Amino acid sequence: MTVASHPENHHREHDYPEHYLSSNWTLRGWLLTVDHKRIAWLYTVSITGFFFLGGIAALLIRLELITAPGDLLSAKVYNEMFSLHGIVMVWFFLIPSIPATLGNFLMPMMVGAKDMAFPKLNLLSWYIYTVGGIFTLAAVLAGGVDTGWTFYTPYSSLFSNTSVIAAATGVFVVGFSSILTGLNFMVTTHTMRAPGLTWKRLPLFVWANYATGLIMVLATPVLSVTLLLMGLERGLGIGIFDPALGGDPLLFQHLFWFYSHPAVYIMILPAMGVVSEIIACFSRNPVFGYKGMVLSIAAIALFGFVVWGHHMFVSGQSLYSGILFSFFTFLVAVPSAVKTLNWTATMFRGRIWFSAPMIYALSFLGLFTIGGLTGVFLASLALDVHLHDTYFVTAHFHYIMVGGAVTAYLGGLHFWWPKMTGRMYSELWSKVAALALFIGFNLTFYPQFLLGYSGMPRRYHAYPEAFEFLHVLSSLGAGVLAIGYLLPLAYLAWSLWKGPRAPANPWDAYGLEWRANSPPIEHNFTETPRVTGGPYAYD
Amino acid sequence: MSEQSIVDPDIGLQLIPTEASDYATQVDHLYFGLLGLSALLVAILVGLIVVFGFRYRRSRKGPRKPRFSDRVGHRIEIGFAAGLTLLFLGLFYWGGHLYMHLYDDQQSDITVNIVGKQWMWKVQHPDGTREINTLHVPVGESVKLRLTSQDVIHSFSIPALRLKRDAVPGLYTTAHFVATKTGEYRLFCAEYCGNEHSKMRGRIVVLSQADYQEWLTRHGEGPSPAVAGRQLFQSHGCTGCHQDSAQTPAPALDGLYGRTVPLDNGSTIVADEAYIRDSILQPQKHVVAGFQPIMPSFSGQLSESEIFELIAYIKSLQPGEWNQDRASGAPQ
Ligand code: HEM
Ligand SMILES: [Cu+2]
Repeated sequence: MTVASHPENHHREHDYPEHYLSSNWTLRGWLLTVDHKRIAWLYTVSITGFFFLGGIAALLIRLELITAPGDLLSAKVYNEMFSLHGIVMVWFFLIPSIPATLGNFLMPMMVGAKDMAFPKLNLLSWYIYTVGGIFTLAAVLAGGVDTGWTFYTPYSSLFSNTSVIAAATGVFVVGFSSILTGLNFMVTTHTMRAPGLTWKRLPLFVWANYATGLIMVLATPVLSVTLLLMGLERGLGIGIFDPALGGDPLLFQHLFWFYSHPAVYIMILPAMGVVSEIIACFSRNPVFGYKGMVLSIAAIALFGFVVWGHHMFVSGQSLYSGILFSFFTFLVAVPSAVKTLNWTATMFRGRIWFSAPMIYALSFLGLFTIGGLTGVFLASLALDVHLHDTYFVTAHFHYIMVGGAVTAYLGGLHFWWPKMTGRMYSELWSKVAALALFIGFNLTFYPQFLLGYSGMPRRYHAYPEAFEFLHVLSSLGAGVLAIGYLLPLAYLAWSLWKGPRAPANPWDAYGLEWRANSPPIEHNFTETPRVTGGPYAYD
Repeated sequence: MSEQSIVDPDIGLQLIPTEASDYATQVDHLYFGLLGLSALLVAILVGLIVVFGFRYRRSRKGPRKPRFSDRVGHRIEIGFAAGLTLLFLGLFYWGGHLYMHLYDDQQSDITVNIVGKQWMWKVQHPDGTREINTLHVPVGESVKLRLTSQDVIHSFSIPALRLKRDAVPGLYTTAHFVATKTGEYRLFCAEYCGNEHSKMRGRIVVLSQADYQEWLTRHGEGPSPAVAGRQLFQSHGCTGCHQDSAQTPAPALDGLYGRTVPLDNGSTIVADEAYIRDSILQPQKHVVAGFQPIMPSFSGQLSESEIFELIAYIKSLQPGEWNQDRASGAPQ
C-alpha cells in the first residue's frame, strides 16, 4: 500500500514506552476493555482453550479406534466424545477463530481506524460467546450430549436421553455473538475507512471478513430458529419434525444446513483472506488478479447459500432437488478454484521467502486443494451416494476445515504475531511445527479417504476388523498432529518472555497495520493515515 | 441389540469394494476418472509451487522479468474458469445420470420392504419371509428396496452395490439394483441413530435364482404381505366403513391404487403409497371429496411392517373387485 507520509519505519529497533498492552494491566482493564486489540486477545485465549478441549476428545476418539472392537470407551462415552469434539470445534473454535481473533485485531487497523465501529458491542459479543461456551460446556461435561454437532431430528428431539436442550442453548446463545461480530465488521468496513482507502484498495483480508460478516448476519438467525424449534419440539412436543404429529423430519435438515453450509464459508473465507496477505508478502508480488479475487469472495458468499441440499442427496428429498443442488455445488466450486490459481500465479516471478507464515500458507494451499477436489467427488451425485456418511466425508471436511482453516489461522498468527505482541518467535521451531503439522495431518486424514471408499461409515465406535490397519495409521498421524499443535503453544508462549523485540514491520510488508508500532498504541495510529494507492504495492 | 446380532461377512479390506452390480462398475468408472483428474491437478499445483519456489527463491539474486500484463492475466483467469465450468458440467451430467437411474421409480421383479429400528434392519420379502440384519436377493433380477423407519433416521448402506438410502420415519424411500455377482457383502447403517449405531450392521447375500427360491421355501413362513394385510384390514375394523355397510360412509378402496382422487378442498391427488399411508395415520390430511372427515387415526396402533402389509393389500385390489361382495350397488 502506498502511503502519503512515506514509510521509513521499516526495521526500526525502538522501545515503545506506551502501547495497548502496557497500560492498565489489571483485571478490570482487561475484562472491561473496549479496545479491539485486547478483545482479540480475550477471544484468542478462549478459543485456544476450546481448541485443546476438542483436541483431547479427538485423541480419545482416535485411541478408541485403534482397535476394531469398542474396547476402550463404552458406546455411550464414544458417542458423547465425538459430539463434544464436533460441537466444540465447530461452534466454539472454528466459527469464531479467524474473525474474532485476527479479524478483531486487524480489521480496524487495516482500514486505518482507531477501533471498531461499535467497541462496546464488540466486548458484549465476547461476553455472549463466553456465556454460551460455559452453558454448552456444563451440559457436555455434566450430562453429556450424544447427538453429534448436527443435532438431527427426530433423534435429538424425541430419542436421545442426554442434555440436548442445554447444549443447544449454548449454541443458540453463541450465535448472537457471531451476529454482533459480523455486524461490527460490516459497519466498520463501510464507515471507518481512512481517507483514500476506496473499496478497490481494500486488502483482501478485509474483503474476506466483510463477506464473512454478511454471511454471519444473514445465516445465523436461521440456525437460532432451528435450534429453538428443536428445543420446543423436545420440550413440548409441538410436532414440527415429528411425523406421528404430521411433522417433517427432513425439515430440520433443510433448516440446519441452510445455516451450516454457509457456515463452512464463515470458516474458510477469512482463511482465504489470511493466505492472500501472506502469499503476496512473501512472494513480494501483488496478488495476481485482485479483482478476480474479490469477485470470487463475493460469488462464494452468495452462492454458498444455495447449495445446502448437497448434504441431503440420500435423504429422501426429491430427485430434482438433488440434481439442482448438485449443479449449484459444481458452480460454487469454480470461484474457489480460481483463487487457487491466483495464489499460485502470485508466486510467479516473485522473490519467494520461505518464512514460517509462508510455509503455513503453502500447506494451506495443498490441503485446501485436496479438500476441494474431494468435494467435487461428493458433488457428483452417484459417487456421493456411495461416500455419504462414510469416513471419506470425515476426511474431506477435515481437509477443508482443519487442513484449510486451522492451518491458515496458524499462518496468520505467525504472520501478525510480531505486530500483536512486539516479539519475534523461534524461526527454527516454527518451521519444524509447520512441517510436523503437514505430515501429521496427511497421515491422519489421508487413510480416511481410503476407509471411506471401502465403505466404513462414520460415527462408529466398533467396526469390522478389516478396517483396523487404516485406523491405526490414522491414529499414529493424530499423535504427530498433536505435537504439531502443541509446539506453537510452547514457542509462542516462550517468545512472550524471551523473544527478541519485533520492529514495526519485520516482513517489510504493505498494509496500514504495518504502519503502526509493534505493539500498536491504544488507538492504533498517532495520526490518521492517508492512502494514495492500491494494496500490495510490492516491487 | 447384543453383540450376536452383528453378522459381518468376513471379506477383508477392499479399497475398491467388490463390484456386485453393473451400477457399481459405472460408479467406479466415475471414481477412477475423478481420481485421475485430481492426481493431475494436484501434480500441476505441487509442481508449480516447487518450480516457482526454487526458481524465484529470495536468495537467487538478480532482477525478475515483469509478470504478464493485466490483460493477459484476465484472459488466463477467464479461460481457466470457463474450462473448469465445462469440465464440471460434464461431471455433473455423469454423476446425475447415474443417480437418477438408482433412485428413479421403475418396475422391478422383486420388492423388498425394509424397516429400520434402533438397532436392527427388519426385512420382509414379497412372499412374507422375514429376516433381520441380513438381506437375501437373487442374482440377475431387479430388486426394489422400499425403506422406512419406525423411530429415528437410519441409512441403508451396501458398499458392494455402491448403494445407500436413508430410512426416514414417516416417509417411503426407494432404491433399485440388479446384483450381478453371488456372494456375501457388507451391510451398514450409515446415519448416526443412537447408542448402538455401530452395531446396526449385517450382510447381504446374493444367491443364484434357484438358491434364492430354495432359500425362500426353507425360510418361508407366514402369509404374503397382501394376505396379511387383508387380515389386518378386517381385524382393525376397516371393513366396517369401507366395505361392508350398505351406506358406506367411506370410499371403497378397490382399484384405488394409482387412481387420481378428488379432494374436499378442490384439489386432486394421485393415490400412491405415501397417500395410502397418510390416509391411515393422518386421515384428516387429505379428505376425499364428498365424505365426512370421520375416519380415526391408526397412528400408534400399527407397526411400520403392518402398514406395509395394508398397503400391499390395498394395492392388490383390482377395480370392481369389491362390487361382487357388496350387498347392493352402494353409492359412489
Ligand atoms: C488431532 C486432530 C483431530 C483428530 C484426530 C480428529 C478426529 C476426528 C474423528 C475421528 C472424527 C470422526 C468421528 C466419527 O465420525 O466417528 C472427527 C469428527 C469431526 N471433527 Fe475432528 N479431529 C481432529 C481435529 C479437528 C479439528 C481441529 C476440528 C475443527 C477445528 C475438527 C472438527 C471435526 C468435526 C466438525 C467433526 C464431525 C463431528 C461429528 O461427526 O459429529 N476436528 N474428528
Ligand atoms: Cu441405524
